[in-house]
Amino acid sequence: MEIIYNWMDWLLPFEWAEFTFMKHALLAVLLVTPLFGLVGTMVVNNRMSFFSDALGHSALTGIALGVLMGVDNYLLSMLGFSLLFALLMSGVMGSGLSSADTIIGVFSSTGLALGIVLLSSQGGFAKYSGYLVGDILTVGTEEILLLAGVLVLVILLWVLLFNRMFLTGMNPDLAASKGISVRLTEKLFVVIVAVLVTISIKWVGILIINSLLVLPAAAARNIARSMRAYHVYSVGISMISGVTGLILSYYLGTAAGGTIVLTAAAFFFVTFAAARLRKS
Amino acid sequence: MHNQEKASFSPYGDCTSCARAGCNCVDCKCSMKIQGLTVEKKDGYILKDVSLEVTHGEILAIIGRNGAGKSTLLKAILGRIPYTGTISYTSHKGEPIVRPKIGYVPQNLVFDRTSPVTVADFLCPNLSRFPVFLGHRKEALEKAGAILGKVGASCGLLKKRMGTLSGGELQRVLLAFALEPLPDLLLLDEPVSAMDRKGTEVFYDLVTSLRKEYHMPVLLVSHDLAHVEQFATSAALLDQTVLLSGPVETVMSSPLVEEVFGIPKRKREQNGNHL
Repeated sequence: MEIIYNWMDWLLPFEWAEFTFMKHALLAVLLVTPLFGLVGTMVVNNRMSFFSDALGHSALTGIALGVLMGVDNYLLSMLGFSLLFALLMSGVMGSGLSSADTIIGVFSSTGLALGIVLLSSQGGFAKYSGYLVGDILTVGTEEILLLAGVLVLVILLWVLLFNRMFLTGMNPDLAASKGISVRLTEKLFVVIVAVLVTISIKWVGILIINSLLVLPAAAARNIARSMRAYHVYSVGISMISGVTGLILSYYLGTAAGGTIVLTAAAFFFVTFAAARLRKS
Repeated sequence: MHNQEKASFSPYGDCTSCARAGCNCVDCKCSMKIQGLTVEKKDGYILKDVSLEVTHGEILAIIGRNGAGKSTLLKAILGRIPYTGTISYTSHKGEPIVRPKIGYVPQNLVFDRTSPVTVADFLCPNLSRFPVFLGHRKEALEKAGAILGKVGASCGLLKKRMGTLSGGELQRVLLAFALEPLPDLLLLDEPVSAMDRKGTEVFYDLVTSLRKEYHMPVLLVSHDLAHVEQFATSAALLDQTVLLSGPVETVMSSPLVEEVFGIPKRKREQNGNHL
């Protein structure tokens, strides 16, 4: 880590970059935003943006379960619960008994309400309200290493499995005709989204995590005309909004997560306007 | 012209250049066989004890009223719903195929038309393992262009977005998608519903010539009896189970078909072969 700090001091001779917590935050942003950009494209393509929102909400129940079990690190209880939650939700959706948005709505509110009830029964919800907005300035060295590991893993999975997931999202029947196991592929994608949402929720916050997943991809979609352009723009917009939002939040004294999301939202409206201009 | 084609086509091959490596066209044994296929839902059977066989050179048309189970049969063949019974495939050498490849051309592809997916993005996953989000390999693009040429589309389509294609262009792209990797069964589901009359004829001519070149059984689901009579070699009347099957002329002139579709054959011809 020392070497990285020295590099950063040399590369970034700015006031905001002097503090270790800002260096950590910057590293975390540089690791987590490409992930969101990459996975977000498929979330948007597969029309799963409310699905991932519900996953974010379920994290609160995951934290509550961690508190009840008396563990210090809520990551494991959150991860366990959100995986269960995600697979259950996609299973109920697969049953075709109700429309997908209704089922997601039911799960989303259940996940949030259960979390609130369990946490408040433990003597006050206020202690955990930090999770709602998140705080990227609390990222530590271990967590940066974890993020780096997940980034490498997701890139590897994407190189190996992207084509399959892409065809499955495009049309499940066509994917099945090529011998792709549609169910397995769908479940795998759900698991990847659940893991990504869970590990980053502490810094981004339950309320806005989904915006970070959806906005860069939605902005990229406005202007992209091929899959490669879509991904390049999405990852680019995600990283630029991450770094810009972080620096802005330092000088404005605002919450980093919200500022990052607002920057990404600005990208969305700019690209939307650009697309409209090009069309007319 | 189509009738001539059909007459001159012998089921055991008159082609000299099969695209399948090692295929001996004279005694090609490729086939697809469905035995005792049953699909049951809570409120009863959707399909019961369906048995069918499509062999080399054949275009088998599945006809039937709405709700007869045609699309359920397709879903079962694609492995998208659970069923009992067996669906087995045999290669041109007569060996069983464990993991068959199906060339599926759907009625109208349901997909997000605003999606930034080009025709090249859509075709290349079939041609190369290179992940599409990183772009395309030159070889894969060349191959995709060649297949588009084979189905009568220009390779200029490669750069077009899927959502901007016309009905006829999309149908060709779907056919190109179905043909690579070489399928063991070509499965056509109302493939021409989005096309005009001329486009329809060109499409079926194409399928007829591809069938000779690739040697694969073809299964066609259609409610358009005129197309079936014109292009299929055999037909099966489906209503929960196979009521009747055989050469297309026999099936089409049976009173049962008349009963199901409610229009006698003579009348159909008077109406310009369209239902």
